[in-house]
Amino acid sequence: MKKQKNKLAGLQKRKAISGYLFISPFIIGFLVFMVKPLLNSLYMSFCSVELGSGIFTSTYIGLENFHKAFLVDPEFNRLLVEEFTRMLLYSLGIMVFSFFVALVLNQKFKGRAMVRAIFFLPVILSSGVILGLETDNQLMATLAQTIEMTTQNVSITDTLEEVLRTMGVGVRAFEEVFVLIDNIYDVAIASGIQIIIFLSGLQTIPASMYEAASIEGCTKWESLWKITFPMISSLFLVNWIYTVIDFCMRSDNAVIEKIQLVMIGQMNYGFASAMSWIYFIIVLAFVGLTSFFISKGVYYYD
Amino acid sequence: MTKAKTNKKTLSEFRERNRKSGGYLMKRKIMDVGISICRALLLFGMCFLILQPILNKISVSFMTEEDLFNPIVISIPEHFTTQNYIIAADLMTYKEALINSSWISITIAILQIAVCTLVGYGFARFKFPLKNFWFACVILVILVPPQTISSSLHLHFRFFDVFGIIEALRGESLNLRGSVLPYYMLSAGCMGLKNGLYIYMIRQFFRNIPEDMEEAAYVDGCGTLKTFVRIMLPQAKPIITSCFLFAFVWQWTDGFYSKMFLGTRPLVSTALARIVDSIGPYIQRITGVLTTVSVAYSNCILATGTLMIILPLIILYLFAQRTFVESISSTGIKM
Repeated sequence: MKKQKNKLAGLQKRKAISGYLFISPFIIGFLVFMVKPLLNSLYMSFCSVELGSGIFTSTYIGLENFHKAFLVDPEFNRLLVEEFTRMLLYSLGIMVFSFFVALVLNQKFKGRAMVRAIFFLPVILSSGVILGLETDNQLMATLAQTIEMTTQNVSITDTLEEVLRTMGVGVRAFEEVFVLIDNIYDVAIASGIQIIIFLSGLQTIPASMYEAASIEGCTKWESLWKITFPMISSLFLVNWIYTVIDFCMRSDNAVIEKIQLVMIGQMNYGFASAMSWIYFIIVLAFVGLTSFFISKGVYYYD
Repeated sequence: MTKAKTNKKTLSEFRERNRKSGGYLMKRKIMDVGISICRALLLFGMCFLILQPILNKISVSFMTEEDLFNPIVISIPEHFTTQNYIIAADLMTYKEALINSSWISITIAILQIAVCTLVGYGFARFKFPLKNFWFACVILVILVPPQTISSSLHLHFRFFDVFGIIEALRGESLNLRGSVLPYYMLSAGCMGLKNGLYIYMIRQFFRNIPEDMEEAAYVDGCGTLKTFVRIMLPQAKPIITSCFLFAFVWQWTDGFYSKMFLGTRPLVSTALARIVDSIGPYIQRITGVLTTVSVAYSNCILATGTLMIILPLIILYLFAQRTFVESISSTGIKM
């Protein structure tokens, strides 16, 4: 009896060893290229780093860099707040948009393959440098303006605003929504991956559920909220985290740009590390907090 | 003739059925048609929304500078020209950048995906102590913005050393900045661009494959590594293909890591980022006259350059589109 147990332990041990072998590249990479630089940059954020020829010296200056970031630097606070509100707005917009698009793309219709291909095109188009260049291309902006001018300046949001105002509904509450609708291109271009994730979730919902519901007299609208929504609620969590992180790390993010500028342009490593740590902590806290609240509402089927 | 007859027959049949159902069938049919028309309109609009900037760029890239300032010309150029392409190619050293970029993107993508597949498989199939801790580290890697550690990575590779061995041998630490090596090392250690995400996706995929096949292989005396290569890898083809495509595309357009590690090499992504700044001196060199380039024209060149850069990606996407889309959406990334 005892011998058998030992043998089992041996097998488990072997499995554990091969498991470790499989993930060893990650462990090594993590320790060397993540933990060490992370600690290093944490230390640097409390230092003033001087880069000489061939050597660099860091002298401990306490909270000086953080003090500088929050109280001395004219831009940092403003950029942080601006980017944060923008992130909040866009992330919500992306979630709603991608959920809606996934619902539509999951239906059966002619030319579905082509439409899907077009919708996932942003995964390619919205990456890396292209995104940053896209935002400040003035020629395209003027072109859009010309088109707007030639169509007598009628935009949907303007008309909608007009209608709402004449109806006596306050427009201020919808202002942010209008901003989002006006920038629908940015939302669409950023939601490629999210659509894929939602779509993959939608395809795992068994069709029998909908059938049963519709036999019981459930309308499509009701089954959307009572079946579809709870069944893919866990993917809302995944998508939310992905969206927030993706937005915070985009290369056209103003805070990131500022950090890059300070680090590479001005060679001020200490100050740059301090700023990136502040940013990182805020993002992490935000992601942690929101995903905690979302995960409370997530429904797990099995 | 027969077709018309059958048509008529089905029509009358439809009427009959409709009458029996008390008008319900008719109502439903109309509703279905209405919904599909609405859907078609909506989808057309949204597809146009996504494609419009590309179409716009295509039309602009064939315009002369004259056309750009002509308010009547909006999308169809009056003076058709391919000069923009020639200038953009010259500015970006297109051929060289293309070869360099393809080489680096392909090798990096292969390396990253090979390593990430190993790690993902390890996380999906083996039980070992501290597994949850290491997986939390993977999540952490996804969450940490590379900018946070970039400054110290900079210094890490500027004064590169392995436990002081190199310093003992050479008398000083190695300066690896400006070479490609650091980036390959990062990729081999799963710390490249979005590698945490690939690990996560591959792990989810392997977890969904039933374990029976592997067990059968083990019973038949197949070793761990052999099982992985012979049994599991062939099944994981879809997810590996799509992760490879992700890695390739993101590497192709990536500006951050390229600027940090590969700054001196001509790559399409970094060349594109510089194109606006370099157009002024370029024209000055050719004409010999100090000129200021109009914003519209430099943006036109930028649009042309962007098109030239995404063209290979779009061709790749057209070929791999099926695997790309279907594999991800059908395998399912579940939590």
